[in-house]
Amino acid sequence: MSFLDLKNVTKIYPNGTKAVHETSLSIDEGEFMVFVGPSGCGKSTLLRMVAGLEDITEGDINLDGKLMNEVDPSERDVAMVFQNYALYPHMNVYNNLAYGLKNRGIDKETIEQKVNDAAKLLQISDYLQRKPSMLSGGQRQRVAMGRAIVRNPKIFLFDEPLSNLDAKLRIQMRLEIKKLQQKVGVTSIFVTHDQVEAMTLADRLAVINNGIIEQLGTPIEIYDNPKSLFVAGFIGSPQMNFLDGNLKNKTLSAEGFEIKDVNTEHEGEVTLGIRPEHLVQSENGLINLKVDLVEQLGSDNLVYGQLKNIKDFCYRCPGNQTIEKGSNLSLNIENKKYYIFDKSTGKRVN
Amino acid sequence: MKIKPLQIIAHIILIIGVLLMVVPIWISFASSSHDSVTILTEGMKFHIGDQLARNYNEVLNEKGGWSEEVTAAKMFINSFIMALGIATLKVVISAMSAYALVYYRFKLAVPIFWLIFITLLVPLEVRIFPSYKIVSDLGLTNSYTGLILPLVASATATFFFRQFYKTIPDELLESAKLDGANAWSFFIDFLVPLSKTMIAAMFIFMFVYGYSQYLWPLIMTTAEEYWTVVMGMKIIYTESYEGVALPRTAERFAYIILSMIPPVLVVVFLQKWFIKGLIQTEK
Ligand SMILES: Nc1ncnc2c1ncn2[C@@H]1O[C@H](COP(=O)(O)OP(=O)(O)O)[C@@H](O)[C@H]1O
Ligand SMILES: [Mg+2]
Repeated sequence: MSFLDLKNVTKIYPNGTKAVHETSLSIDEGEFMVFVGPSGCGKSTLLRMVAGLEDITEGDINLDGKLMNEVDPSERDVAMVFQNYALYPHMNVYNNLAYGLKNRGIDKETIEQKVNDAAKLLQISDYLQRKPSMLSGGQRQRVAMGRAIVRNPKIFLFDEPLSNLDAKLRIQMRLEIKKLQQKVGVTSIFVTHDQVEAMTLADRLAVINNGIIEQLGTPIEIYDNPKSLFVAGFIGSPQMNFLDGNLKNKTLSAEGFEIKDVNTEHEGEVTLGIRPEHLVQSENGLINLKVDLVEQLGSDNLVYGQLKNIKDFCYRCPGNQTIEKGSNLSLNIENKKYYIFDKSTGKRVN
Repeated sequence: MKIKPLQIIAHIILIIGVLLMVVPIWISFASSSHDSVTILTEGMKFHIGDQLARNYNEVLNEKGGWSEEVTAAKMFINSFIMALGIATLKVVISAMSAYALVYYRFKLAVPIFWLIFITLLVPLEVRIFPSYKIVSDLGLTNSYTGLILPLVASATATFFFRQFYKTIPDELLESAKLDGANAWSFFIDFLVPLSKTMIAAMFIFMFVYGYSQYLWPLIMTTAEEYWTVVMGMKIIYTESYEGVALPRTAERFAYIILSMIPPVLVVVFLQKWFIKGLIQTEK
């Protein structure tokens, strides 16, 4: 049994909402797991069940070899960083960090030692006497992290902790969280709806949709090998292009072009997915794109254009290429990097 | 600095307000320093007279009542104890029942809250006979417990505490739980400090409420050693001189001034918290 084990966990709220469906998942000690999915998909619910803040309707949660279902959150030895930080407004930073230790009956000197160590690690030593209301967003974030670290819990839980920060700070804190987790080595679960955050932080990633884990794997596995239409569309930025098509005799016919020798026996209505970064310009290419708009990001250009009846088809090329609005591009798919999904089930078929 | 006309008007209004509050008190105080005869013949006074020490000494130390045993000082103490008991218990009980209503999500919480709220419609004066019956069956007449107990439940304070607790974000409770707080420590370490301005305000209101009780102590107490200030105001300077001497108006004024001191002290003492809470929001 691994460090954290979820077995067929289901959550039905009292009002009948089924937020999590029979989810099973194992997380190893020291691993950084990210739950990613659109808003309302049940990732917070799953996290809160691990914390003990929500009852488990069905299934088992084991942490470090002990069944957690009936264990009170205060007894679980988990720490959580909330989206709005939930700092204690009437306590100064020192006491915010010390409170959990005091409740565990640790003696004063040890507490002081631990708080000071954590404060140093997070560079908040100068603010220890301040109230949370006198701190900036980034500093509050650090205090919230400090409160989790100082207790040296079995597992860290993060519920979208970066979403209240501005873009620049978010990227900086993302990096710091990753570094900190590697340094401290505590098993962590991080919940986010932002796929870039998920890709950059995760050792392993669980893509969740409608209360179900659609796919579990390392960020690169999921990027390279999405198992469903949903995962393919959710992971990767800019989003994967989707085209309607038809499969017959290993030949896929889409709008205006055909792909032969497809590695699947599947037949019928399908959706073809192509990532913008997997396209290359070549003479007599498969795809003919009429350019409507070019977004220049410096390092890359995002080219949006029309492909027969499909609007906003995206092609990504290096930033040093000049592409004129209104021009026609001839594109090929690199190394057969295309994805075919069954149209009705959304499952990958190639 | 230039003073704008609007400011002048605002100040005039404020000064009028202050005068309306202060002048009657000053008249009472000035009048309490004269001879009763002077006041009866010449009306109330604006300036300090020469009988100040004598009048106050008399009020504080003279023994009154039928038994000639109760002093005004004793009545102040009684009222103070009663008001303190009522205010303290009201605040404690209301804060705790609001805690139960908000944080223990049992099904009956809402009906129970409304039941408590409905008791606003039945103040003590309405239920005075049943209350008296119960207190006297318990053998609590002529005791501080009897004076205090029937008045300690407060729908108003419960309501205010409930509304306040509801504004405290759930994450605070959750993160306290994960930090190992139990139900009791969450109340003591979080709700009490977070609501301390509220507690101070409630305490002041409830203290004044308890201090100014009239009907209940009047019915409750037969022994004069439990008389309270407001009762004394009516009783103490009439009986012994009925029809015989002049009304002791000056002493009454002195008595009124003295009777204001305990609530004023409470306000002054708690004001620090109260104001601090108003100017620095901590949420
Ligand atoms: N306390 C609750 N009572 C009823 N339904 C809830 C409650 N909390 C969340 N839900 C529902 O459960 C689903 C999953 O919610 P949540 O786990 O918060 O999603 P996420 O964190 O992925 O955005 C949503 O449909 C949401 O409306
Ligand atoms: Mg959420």
